[in-house]
Amino acid sequence: MVKAMTGMDKTFTFTVNGQARTVATDPERPLLQVLREDLQLTGTKYGCGEGQCHACTVLINGKSMPSCITPVRNVDQQSIHTIEGLAQGQQLHAVQEAFLAEDAFQCGYCTPGMILGVVSLLNDSPNPSDAEIRSRLHGHLCRCCNYPNLIKAIHRAAAQVQ
Amino acid sequence: MNGNATNPQATPPAEAEAVQPVGYDFGLSRRGFVQVLGAGLLVAVSPMPALAQRGGGRGGGQGARTISARIHFGKDGTITLLTGKVEAGQGARAELSQAAAEELRLPASRIQLLMSDTGLTPDDGVTAGSGSTPRTVPAIRRGAAAARQALVDFASRRWGVEPAAVEVRGGQAVHGPTQRALSYADLAASEDAPKPLEQPIPANVSFTPVTQWKVLGLPTPRPNGRDIVTGAHKFPSDILRPGMLYGKVLRAPAYGAKLTAIDLGPAKAMKDVAAVRDDQFVGVAAPTTFQAEQALAAIAKTAQWERVPHPSSKDLFAHLKESARGGLPANPFQEELAQAKQVLRQTYRVAYIQHAPLEPRAAVAEWADGKVTVWTGSQNPFGCRSELARAFHLPEDHARVIVPDFGGGFGGKHTGEAAVEAARLAQAAGRPVSLRWTRAEEFTWAYFRPAALIAVEASLDGQGSLTSWHFVNVNSGGSAIDTPYRAGKKSCPFVGADAPLRHGSYRALAATANNFARESFMDELAAAAGVDPLQFRLAHLENPRLRAVLETAAQRFGWQEAVGKKTPNLGVGLACGTEKGSYVAACAEVEADEAESKLVVRRVTQVFECGPVLNPSGLASQVAGAVIMGLGPALREEMRFQDGQILNATFRKYLAPRFQDVPELDIHLLNRADLEPAGAGETPIIAIAPAVANALFRATGRRARTMPLWETT
Repeated sequence: MVKAMTGMDKTFTFTVNGQARTVATDPERPLLQVLREDLQLTGTKYGCGEGQCHACTVLINGKSMPSCITPVRNVDQQSIHTIEGLAQGQQLHAVQEAFLAEDAFQCGYCTPGMILGVVSLLNDSPNPSDAEIRSRLHGHLCRCCNYPNLIKAIHRAAAQVQ
Repeated sequence: MNGNATNPQATPPAEAEAVQPVGYDFGLSRRGFVQVLGAGLLVAVSPMPALAQRGGGRGGGQGARTISARIHFGKDGTITLLTGKVEAGQGARAELSQAAAEELRLPASRIQLLMSDTGLTPDDGVTAGSGSTPRTVPAIRRGAAAARQALVDFASRRWGVEPAAVEVRGGQAVHGPTQRALSYADLAASEDAPKPLEQPIPANVSFTPVTQWKVLGLPTPRPNGRDIVTGAHKFPSDILRPGMLYGKVLRAPAYGAKLTAIDLGPAKAMKDVAAVRDDQFVGVAAPTTFQAEQALAAIAKTAQWERVPHPSSKDLFAHLKESARGGLPANPFQEELAQAKQVLRQTYRVAYIQHAPLEPRAAVAEWADGKVTVWTGSQNPFGCRSELARAFHLPEDHARVIVPDFGGGFGGKHTGEAAVEAARLAQAAGRPVSLRWTRAEEFTWAYFRPAALIAVEASLDGQGSLTSWHFVNVNSGGSAIDTPYRAGKKSCPFVGADAPLRHGSYRALAATANNFARESFMDELAAAAGVDPLQFRLAHLENPRLRAVLETAAQRFGWQEAVGKKTPNLGVGLACGTEKGSYVAACAEVEADEAESKLVVRRVTQVFECGPVLNPSGLASQVAGAVIMGLGPALREEMRFQDGQILNATFRKYLAPRFQDVPELDIHLLNRADLEPAGAGETPIIAIAPAVANALFRATGRRARTMPLWETT
């Protein structure tokens, strides 16, 4: 069990990438900080702390959520997936492959959150139109503005997944 | 490109160093330091090199003197290229690998690249000013070509054949007639390896000619792309060290505010929390960020501040005009103005904006034996080392700066304040400390792209030719300030002013502001002369490279047809420009409905030329990214401030481009293999804003002369 002590600590149990985890921590602590600091899962990034850039996106019960504004109390008994759990061993997920094939990153800092956002999008809508991509991923900020390659990668991943 | 390359030690553009570091000074006060020095006791405290090397690492860098300082050849066949350049998404990692691979005659995938560790890599200067392509690529090619020559010499000696009979291919020296081969690993394992590899890299090695390139010129993906998509790559904010704490720094409530009193007691009373005050610097470190935030909040309540007046963004342009040093220079061309058929004058304004890289400033600092190691995201690792040395009164070799590939720079990370702050916290805590700035801290305490006030006056004769051109930039800088257009008389001064915000480099520096004003004004002049804006530009343009991008863009966009079409609320515009040896032109179509406050950029064609294309896929990404990034400040981005506070230090209120802003995009690269390569990270951003402004005019009949354009509509 991972313990980050303050006076207000409570115990929470959830799965991360299929593995059961228990943490004792302040209930209001953002899931992002628990993942990065208590579980050393640093693939999930901080970008704004207020759910405006989606660099911190994780899947909670399969649905993409900004972990920076998700208090850890909200994920008790829930299932969380982070970027670290997406590939199966050496086998990359189709979205990861598509990002590599289309050069869909420059600095790469938005990439983990973006990839999970795309996984969630394709779960809901296996063959999204450009308009749907733009609208569904509007919250995901890429400051390198590599959006054209991102859109190509999403179409490529959609074709692979189908 | 063939033969001798340019000197890699050439001084980089002065504007790359335009930003002032914060200038922390810990331990001894500056006054105290001088007194100690006067008493002859300095050496006991801090050896002289700290001061002697003050300027070190802030210029072009010394580069690598020997082959072994540039490339390490393992006996196991590994080949490691060493460079002080950083990767922040601009593509240096791929391009520099290509440069070495080309001259070593290997696939790029055989090269391991070790970047930006002041303890290990040569100082290749600050990663800025589009300098990696024109300066570091040749420096690396020179080192690699010297290594190739060393392999040829080694093989010819070993085999007793003429060097001319030895060919290098696939990473091996081959003697055709006897089918013998020796590799770089064989050279590294040989007894005489140290001698040739420790030789100074000769200045006159021969480069692989462009016609024989097998690696350069081909699309090359980012070498560590797999780590990026799996989340395995450790950005500076992801570095974990044993026993590491998380830091927070107390920030002033307003610019210029001085801390007069604070009680650290509430933080020190918390378990496992360290708190420190060193003059104006106050910070805490705790086992989690959450605890550090709580500790900081507890002491912040006790802080007392003395505040000072500060100009607001509402009064920004009046403030710049009033504070322009020496006032605005008068137009020296009174005779031309008197004789002109028409005289036009306008003023253009460009707001402060910020880089807002997605990864805010971050640093992990660790002390051992009086030496500090810092992992941080800085475009200037050796400059950051100097900042650490200065702040802590250390010899430079007691500070080591390691720069993992980081989350965006755009000219905004030339300084090392986060590194110095982390180091001060780690010193106080006696443990490694990770300091990661929040978005609000980044928006407030990082530096900004300077605001600009630009006054232009020009005269036209009866034939619609420019007879004089007087262009004054106040505050933002002299990049691309000279007009590429022919005019009878030209004067283009830059005037400094009292800048209310700490400003510095931003992708293309002042070239964006100057090009916005110039290209908008050229459109106004064309209209005054009754000439199509494309024809008006071409009539005043001699530079064949700039003409080529402009004509190609107009043709691909269908300018003639589009400009003739009259559709309500739709308009097209174009603009071009040159900076740092590369050339760009953009055509844009916008849909604007002022009644509905709607402005959408629907379609953009951009043509770009920077000599020979070294990495086509990387370059296409840079150019497309620059166009979309440039739409932000063109349409909406601006810093608003009042009473020393930033009013929009959040992505909710600072509106950077998103998926829905992406226009239909046609990016075209002109490949000029006959020329020297120029950098490409900056110039592709300078044409989009004026192209959109000019399109907005054709859509609405109204000129927007302030960036962002939207505020004035």
